[in-house]
Parts: sequence; structure tokens; C-alpha cells
Amino acid sequence: MHNPADIATSWPDAIYAHFRRVGVRQVGYVPDAGHSRLIALCQKDPQIINVVLTTEEEGVGLVAGAALGGQRAALLMQSSGVGNCVNMFSLLRNCGFPCIALVTMRGEFGEFNPWQVPMGVITEEVLRLCGFLTYRVESADAVDEIVGAGCDMAFNGNLAVAILLSQRLIGPKQWTR
Amino acid sequence: MLDRREFVQQLLIDRGDLLAVPGLGSATYDVAAAGDHPLNFYLWGAMGGTAMIALGLALARPDRRVVAIPGDGDMLMGLGSLATIGVKQPKNLVVVVLDNARYGETGMQPSHTDAGVDFAALALACHFRQARTITHIEEATEVRKLLHAGEGPILINAKIKPDDVPRVLPLRDGHAIKQRFIAALNDA
Repeated sequence: MHNPADIATSWPDAIYAHFRRVGVRQVGYVPDAGHSRLIALCQKDPQIINVVLTTEEEGVGLVAGAALGGQRAALLMQSSGVGNCVNMFSLLRNCGFPCIALVTMRGEFGEFNPWQVPMGVITEEVLRLCGFLTYRVESADAVDEIVGAGCDMAFNGNLAVAILLSQRLIGPKQWTR
Repeated sequence: MLDRREFVQQLLIDRGDLLAVPGLGSATYDVAAAGDHPLNFYLWGAMGGTAMIALGLALARPDRRVVAIPGDGDMLMGLGSLATIGVKQPKNLVVVVLDNARYGETGMQPSHTDAGVDFAALALACHFRQARTITHIEEATEVRKLLHAGEGPILINAKIKPDDVPRVLPLRDGHAIKQRFIAALNDA
């Protein structure tokens, strides 16, 4: 799947491999540095429809519509994006739509920008209140197993599953200027 | 100005295998009043999400025609989705906004369209292939043709009278609405 030697940076490849394995056909996202490698992989794949959103909330509708049409869809977002989705998440719970959300965490380990902290510290709790099963990934070597399990639970069980990719895994945002 | 029930009824005559996503509130009641159908995905919530649900569906099923039918309040809450649809250019998607310039569910308070906000102009600015405002029932036939054969994305802003019409309540169980829709779509 990927070379263990550079797993520290290649962990998004494992997520992409699971998207391929379970047949994800639509991916919705607002551009995100933490997801940039995964987004590039999805963009290169002719089997995946990439939908760039103006707000993460749109992605919840996208996932529901895709499922109605028989396609599996995934959402990529930052922790701040979770807050943008709250009421729309009720669509998933009311109708039992499967959803796999990959959430890159901000506002935790090593965060430079305090404005990211209020949403970052409540992200997992908010997801749970909205009916998601949540799993945290703290290290690169755990990505494959946890994302694989999350995808299977979402699509086999029509469940909403969120994988929280910790800021320690992604690395704090680099401020070069 | 259009009578909302008459307009939606005419829109859905001989609908064939058209997939319809009406938005919460009166749009869902209007579509139900035109005749219950398993290929209606009735919304009772998710305000602002109607057009995006229709987009996900249209992208998943490029072989089928899809119509989103939000009210003006619903569309205003999801204005960004017009830009997202404009980027994806789904040929099989038409958005018909039922615009009475009012929030009907909450007591007929004026919406932004009452002050002149124009969905057709917004859609064109978002690179929809076609967008226009209609006010006469004679135009319904033309809109119906666009639903079935027009090259999308298309937006029709249907100016309807701000009448308080009797509610026609369809299925409300989200799981049931979803399962019925998927079964009917797979059946076809």
C-alpha cells in the first residue's frame, strides 16, 4: 500500500486505498492543507467525482444525495468545518445515510492560532452529539487500520462515522512568515 | 404570479422517471399534493440542503433527470450551493425555486427576495447554463420540458402568490422515505 519508511507523510495514501477498496465515488471537501495529499490522489482518480464545497455543510447534502443515487461518498474537513454542519447532520440521522468523515484536527497539539481552539476542543463531542461514531488517530501507523474499520462500519451499517486525525499526526500549521 | 399548487402540479404531469427533491415546508407539501410518488425525496428539515442533495443525486445518476424544488428561504440558506453546482455543471439537474418572498412556515415574514434578491441573476453569476424568472402559468409547459430535456444546470425562479394553502403531509419517516426512493430507483 505504501512504503513504511515514509509513512509519516504518506498516511493519506492509506485513506485513499480504503476509498478505493470500499468504492467511494464522490468526495466533498473545502480545500485543506492537512488533506492536501489525499485530495490530490482523489483528483487524479477518474473513478472519483471531486466536489469542492463553499462550506462543509453542503457536503452533508451531497453525501445524502449520492447515497440516494447508489454511490458511496466521503467528506473531508477540518475540525472547524464540523461546526458548520451541525443542523445538516440531522439528515444523516433521520434517514440512516452512511457517512465517512475524515476530520483533520486544529486547535489542539501545538496550535499557533488561538482562534482554532474553541471549535477544536469540542469537535469530537459535537460529532458524538450529532450521532457520529468517532475514532481518533494519533499516529501514522494507525491510520490504515482505523480508517479501514471506519469505512466498513459506515457503509456496512448505514452509520455516520468520523475519523479524527489528530494535530500531532498532521503536524501543526507551519507559519513561515 | 403563479398559484403554487397549480404550478407544481403542471410541473410534475407525466413525470416519467424524474427524480424530485422538494425542500422542507410548503415545497414538500406542494409536491405531495401533486401526487405521492416513490421518486420524491421529501425533506422535512435540512434547510439549505435541498439543492446539494439533488446535486449528489444528479452526479450519482447522470442517466436520470433530477429536479430540486426548494422554497426561497431554503435556497437563501444554501446560496453557496449555487456556486458549487455551477462548478460541477451537472447536465441533468434543474433547480426550481418556489419563491413567494415569504417564510411561510413561520408566519409569512418577508424574505430577502421580497427586497429584490434575484435567484436567476445569482444562478447566472454562478455559471448555470440557463436561469430565468417566471410569473405566468402558461410558462409551466416550457419549464416542464426543461426538466426532462434541458441542458443543465438550469435554475427557474417561479414567482408564486404568498397564499396560505392547506397542508398536504406526505411520509415523514426519513428512513422510509429513503428506502422507498432507493427501491423505486433500483427497480426502474
